[in-house]
Amino acid sequence: MDFQLSKEHEMARTLFRDFAEKEIKPYAQDVDENERFPKEALEKFRQYGFMGIPYPKEMGGQGCDTLTYAMCVEEVAKVCCTSSTMLSAHTSLCTWPIYKYGTAEQKEKYIPKLTSGEWLGAFGLTEPNAGTDSSAQQTKAVLDGDHYVINGSKIFITNAGYADVYVIFAMTDKSAGNHGITAFIVEKDFPGFSIGKKEKKMGIRGSATCELIFENCIVPKENLLGQEGKGFVVAMTTLDGGRIGIAAQALGLAEGALNETVKYVKERKQFGRPLSKFQNTQFEIADMYTKIQAAQLLLYKAAVAKDHQKSVSLEAAEAKLYCATVAMDVTTRCVQLHGGYGYTREYPVERMMRDAKITEIYEGTSEVQKMVISKYALK
Amino acid sequence: MNIVVCIKQVPNTNEVKLDPKTGTLIREGVPSIINPDDKAGLEAALRLKDAKGAHITVLSMGPPQADAALREALAMGADDAVLVTDRAFGGADTWATAYTIAAALKTMDYDLIITGRQAIDGDTAQVGPQISENLNLTNISYAEDIKVEGDSVIVKRQFEDRYHIIKAKMPCLITALSELNEPRYMTPGGIFDAYQKEIKVITRKDLDVDDSCLGLKGSPTHVVKTFTKSAKAAGTVVNNLNPQEAAEYILEKLREKFII
Repeated sequence: MDFQLSKEHEMARTLFRDFAEKEIKPYAQDVDENERFPKEALEKFRQYGFMGIPYPKEMGGQGCDTLTYAMCVEEVAKVCCTSSTMLSAHTSLCTWPIYKYGTAEQKEKYIPKLTSGEWLGAFGLTEPNAGTDSSAQQTKAVLDGDHYVINGSKIFITNAGYADVYVIFAMTDKSAGNHGITAFIVEKDFPGFSIGKKEKKMGIRGSATCELIFENCIVPKENLLGQEGKGFVVAMTTLDGGRIGIAAQALGLAEGALNETVKYVKERKQFGRPLSKFQNTQFEIADMYTKIQAAQLLLYKAAVAKDHQKSVSLEAAEAKLYCATVAMDVTTRCVQLHGGYGYTREYPVERMMRDAKITEIYEGTSEVQKMVISKYALK
Repeated sequence: MNIVVCIKQVPNTNEVKLDPKTGTLIREGVPSIINPDDKAGLEAALRLKDAKGAHITVLSMGPPQADAALREALAMGADDAVLVTDRAFGGADTWATAYTIAAALKTMDYDLIITGRQAIDGDTAQVGPQISENLNLTNISYAEDIKVEGDSVIVKRQFEDRYHIIKAKMPCLITALSELNEPRYMTPGGIFDAYQKEIKVITRKDLDVDDSCLGLKGSPTHVVKTFTKSAKAAGTVVNNLNPQEAAEYILEKLREKFII
């Protein structure tokens, strides 16, 4: 067992760290404050190949592994969680299912455009009445000659409105429950497809989170992803990978908040000495530092497993559950160490604490992760 | 077109810490980077490659750790890398360094050589021009902009109060300023490819050189002492005095310090 990162991974981390500090951090506050989509980040991610890190070069990707991708999300999330959400949803939730389950034609058509970032991707599973219970889907797809007609709606969809391609799920056989779900690739210009209400959120406020509306939406038959009735497997395996992205994001948030706090407690003086000289501060920092190390190990283990194992349901659930818990805990404690200033928007820990909450909710709540993990533990 | 870019690995700080006893650099704990002027030179070469096509070789003389700087250059888009390294080259001053690098360059094909103006750990700005002297090449220093036209380069050279536009036939050597451009980032895939590439290593035995001109013993410069400059106290600005009062004020200060 070797816990050392390779030289390649070390260099990639340096790249992502420099990049995030210089290119993303300067407008992180503005993106949050004005609830605006981080277009600058998208442009830069495209330019340097960040939109297709774990995909083969022949398909326009960077030919790197999942660990490299996770480190990229982590470093970006350290400074701007919104930007990392856009990157993660695109890479894990849209490109991956097409790469994994797509036909040769679908891959040829979509993957190079997605990995280069020319097209932005999104994923639509959640509905107003189908959150964790995805089998309660109301969106229906009916085959009509050479196309499907889709009717229904999706909510809380990341990158909605900015994405060019959406992997969406609809019922082709309502009576079959999970076995009646089918996945489709929907392009933004397909007739009958539109974007609905934009959510006003507590955190990741620059991330475009909207409703998708399907009104007799015409989807060509060749845009069926995988097989009819196999959409649930597509969704669940996609989310396994997605959880690695969210875990990376949560870890990044915790690290980012701790970095800011270490700076703060060294500068801020009370009772004639810096906060860092008080034992309470030292113990808080030590505790957070250790939790972050543990979270990182779980995440990196899951990321490495993704490239070598058939299934990473367990590893991804563990990483997501723990990293999200650590993110919420660490950001909250960092705000506390900042005192009154931490509650103001003058310091980024306020934003980080708001951003952290979503990591316990989306792509499977912490409770869902516990359901997955307990299944293995109670075997 | 073959471009060779000479790069140096330097500690990532403008405030190089020196060991007070030995007077040498303390490198431990200081991350290493490609010298900024050299990185701008590499970016200029990469832009020429993007525009007109070119084969770029990066060359570095240094200890085996300089491998990381060369890999970074490869990950940015350079095609090949050469490490000039040998215990015999250790401790070289600018004269011996330029002599050794020039000898290595003689074994290579080039139309254009680009070096940085100066390294942030030494600030001499001598190695580039000295290489050109060793190779009997035209040298254009302080390049702010580089264009290639046919078999010539057109360089905007920074000068104290103006700039010069200089046209020179290749092969020639240009020293680049960090103001020249904003170097690109590596790409993630480029990093992994860079570690698959073989770095050509040139040692003493590969070069046609005179041993008495190498390394510390071949260096005419002898460092007597190195030290960190002590910081000066902030000055005092005195306004609203007429010339007579100003002169009296200065005299008083000089007397206070027993200078007069």
